[in-house]
Amino acid sequence: MAAADTVTVNLAVPRRRPTLPPMTGKLATGLIIAGLITLFGLIGPLLVQDPAKIDDIGLTPPSADHLLGTTQTGQDVLAQLAYATRGSLIVGAVVGLLTLILSGFFGIVGAYAGGWLDEAFSLFTNVVLVIPGLPVVIVISAYVAERSLLLVALVLAITSWAGSARVLRGSTLSLRSRDYVLASRVAGERRWRILLVEILPNLIPLLASQVVFAVIFAILGEAGLSYLGLGATESFTWGTMLYYAQNGLALRLGAWWWFVPPGLMLALFGAALSLINFSIDEIINPKLRNQTRGARRGWRMSREQIRRAKESTL
Amino acid sequence: MRYLSRKLGFYLVALWAALTLNFLIPRMMPGDPVEIMLAKLGQKGPVTPESREAIEAMLGTDSSRPLWAQYGDYLAGLANGDLGVSLVFFPAPVSSIIAQTLPWTIGLIGLATIISFLTGVGLGTLAGWKRGSWMDNLIPVTTMFQSVPYFWLALILLFLLGSVWPVFPLNGGYDVYNVTPGWNGPFLASVVYYGTLPALTIILSSIGGWMLGMRNMMVSTLSDDYMVTAEAKGLRSRRIMMRYAARNAVLPSISGFAISLGFVVAGSIITEAVFSYPGIGSALLQAVGGNDYALMQGILLIITLSVLGANLLVDLLYSVIDPRIRARG
Repeated sequence: MAAADTVTVNLAVPRRRPTLPPMTGKLATGLIIAGLITLFGLIGPLLVQDPAKIDDIGLTPPSADHLLGTTQTGQDVLAQLAYATRGSLIVGAVVGLLTLILSGFFGIVGAYAGGWLDEAFSLFTNVVLVIPGLPVVIVISAYVAERSLLLVALVLAITSWAGSARVLRGSTLSLRSRDYVLASRVAGERRWRILLVEILPNLIPLLASQVVFAVIFAILGEAGLSYLGLGATESFTWGTMLYYAQNGLALRLGAWWWFVPPGLMLALFGAALSLINFSIDEIINPKLRNQTRGARRGWRMSREQIRRAKESTL
Repeated sequence: MRYLSRKLGFYLVALWAALTLNFLIPRMMPGDPVEIMLAKLGQKGPVTPESREAIEAMLGTDSSRPLWAQYGDYLAGLANGDLGVSLVFFPAPVSSIIAQTLPWTIGLIGLATIISFLTGVGLGTLAGWKRGSWMDNLIPVTTMFQSVPYFWLALILLFLLGSVWPVFPLNGGYDVYNVTPGWNGPFLASVVYYGTLPALTIILSSIGGWMLGMRNMMVSTLSDDYMVTAEAKGLRSRRIMMRYAARNAVLPSISGFAISLGFVVAGSIITEAVFSYPGIGSALLQAVGGNDYALMQGILLIITLSVLGANLLVDLLYSVIDPRIRARG
């Protein structure tokens, strides 16, 4: 009777350990910075002045009226920054979502189905991978005169999903031949259920890291494109702000309040996402996790003790 | 041998796809190049039907012929090395402009990529070997440089080292006033001097990726069983680090290096825009600015070819340095 009780208790234990990353300093810093910037992009535009309003106070340094000063044509830099944050985040979000869908479809579904479908998807992925993204984006932008933010995001996503699809395909291939997947196939689970319930949860950390990477790539790519004057027309992003700052000779005139904020936002957001990605990497590859300096401190061994321990084992 | 033929087959398919894409993009896009040029001409004066025909003939887009016939002409032109005539640099053919600008790009970006790869992998090896040391803590700093948008970093360095402390020239590929291009000492010295700052910005912004990748692979490799065996055999730690750990850990970095070598031509666009460097990226931007569709297509073709070529080279090299690949097929 007691034995039966233990069995029921064991069954009651949740089957899957949640794959949330441990809250390390790196992850917390990344999440806080990214969260603050996202919040600024969401709420900021509601609170600031009209970003396009032209005034006769060109290139004034920060003051009480204009907290981050004005541009060459007297537009408020803080207001532009708020709208630009929103614009850049929209590009990042759209590209992240599209990368998730495209790379998931071509990477996971193809590798799981196997056979000619896998061959075809893999060939398609590799062909897209070797077609260079930025020049194609530039040429496409050159052909289309009126570019919306969504079009720019779409073009960036189409040229950038292939790398993620290749990474996902590799992992799916390794997962689908694991014993537990074979076992559930023998047990008569349906194919789509094996894919969604058995394989997909193990790919979530990898998917997350690929999406974060795609978002960084998209925001930097959009900035580069805008800097060349080929970004979205009629909308604010960090890239277009830098483009106008560059054209307005902000650098030569020493108008740091104009070109430093957008660049700094880009750098901070990129760094925050990188920090988040480091933490996800440590879930995917546990070997990266151990034996950092912090972990060693956790063992409460002094350097001397470690040396002595090493000597005695050698 | 099967490996080789599979790879070659893939690259043929990729090449065909790239060529077709190159053909289709101008014809699929909402803005018709002929219309755009006619509109520009129309602002200056009335446009005759003859000039429309002339422009169509120049761009090779005779709209009265079916698409597949245009496609045939396009492929035949490529096979003869005929890329059309540039508009921005009229009447120079596209191929001669590419021949002029390509060496600049390959010299600057290629060298910078190689330096960045070697330094990054070396530092990454040390960081992975001495995990948790000060060098390991350097990695987040270099990743910071990577998340800074490249052109912003380049602009600020240009401002600091070009305007505030004029150590380096502000733009250009060489001193146009005092030296004559050719294989002579002053010209080469001038090229190196003008190229240092652009190269430095490329190295700064890309070294973090190499370091991080190599460091993570070192860490993974170090926990493998053969590392314990090597240590048990009493080998020198230097030998363990270089021959046992780094030799195996460097493989993914090498394939990454191949890909980035292929993107040398493609990745140069922003660098060349910031420094007004006379390379292929500047030519592409001029083509975009002047609606020069023949030049745009030609440069896109060269970029795609270089990416494909570099990837093929590395696939072949990879089967030499990592014999497991050949066995797997």
